[in-house]
Amino acid sequence: MPSIESVRDLLLKCLQEADPPPPGPVDTETVLLGKSSHFDSLGLVNYIVDVEQALEDELGIAVTLADERAMSQTRSPFRTVQSLTDYIMTLATADDGADTP
Amino acid sequence: MTEQQVVLVTGARKGIGRHLAEHFLAQGAVVEGCSRGEADWEAESFHYQRVDVADEKQVIDLVSSIRKRHGRLDVLINSAGVAVMNHALLTPGDTVSRIFDTNVRGTFLVSREAAKLMRRGRFGRIVNLGSVAGPMGIEGEAVYAASKDAIVSLTRSLAGEFAQFGITCNVVAPTPIETDLIRGVPKEKIQAIVDRLAIRRLGRFEDVSNVVDFFVKPESDYITGQVVYLGGV
Repeated sequence: MPSIESVRDLLLKCLQEADPPPPGPVDTETVLLGKSSHFDSLGLVNYIVDVEQALEDELGIAVTLADERAMSQTRSPFRTVQSLTDYIMTLATADDGADTP
Repeated sequence: MTEQQVVLVTGARKGIGRHLAEHFLAQGAVVEGCSRGEADWEAESFHYQRVDVADEKQVIDLVSSIRKRHGRLDVLINSAGVAVMNHALLTPGDTVSRIFDTNVRGTFLVSREAAKLMRRGRFGRIVNLGSVAGPMGIEGEAVYAASKDAIVSLTRSLAGEFAQFGITCNVVAPTPIETDLIRGVPKEKIQAIVDRLAIRRLGRFEDVSNVVDFFVKPESDYITGQVVYLGGV
């Protein structure tokens, strides 16, 4: 399973390379969703797909981020870099468990 | 990254899917094909995988493998489909689910994953297979027709959502063609359908690939969300 630091760093890297790029420095509290986010809805869609592909390419984690669990949560896991990091760790842990004989 | 055009054809084992796979191979494309069963044909530049398009995990793995192998996807042909000809009063609920799973859910899932990959190159062509069964209201095909009309609705919405990525999404809707899909249908029923067409003959594979060629060519970047019914329906 990947470390939380590697997931967080990957999210920040994807954010810096996103289109449109963030207007200033990014950190774990950078807002991804809502009025305070620099993304419009399409920008966020692109970012989520970029993250999915980078997770698989760079960390070997194949997950679908916009799954039923994410969509049904009262507090969206896409709020901030930190909440998305936590959500990805939850998914990766669940996947690890599923593969254990 | 693969330099040639990369094409994914679902339902490539037989029928229209196989014809289109061979058609793109003849044009020099690299073709990725899939169906549920074992392939009984092979060709250079053709890679085949067993995939149930209604299975989300299998579809994700399929497109992921194409991304790793080629780094691109230019064209998707959603040809995988199932049909049952049965009176509505004798059609079990499980049959309805099975037809919608493959025809609608499958088309959606493969399109979604393909668009994620096409998005990278800001170019993509998705062609879905519809049917004249919907507009003709063919008896005994209520569920199949409904699933194919659902594909039309799906295509129109996806066309809007994918346009911003340079991806077009269209439907070619064939008349009956001599494939396994209609092999079990009595000849007089097929003839009755043909008699209602403006052009009274069975369809040919070439009729389908002709429209597909139009949809996928680069110059067709202003054509999306459209349906071409063959035979003059």
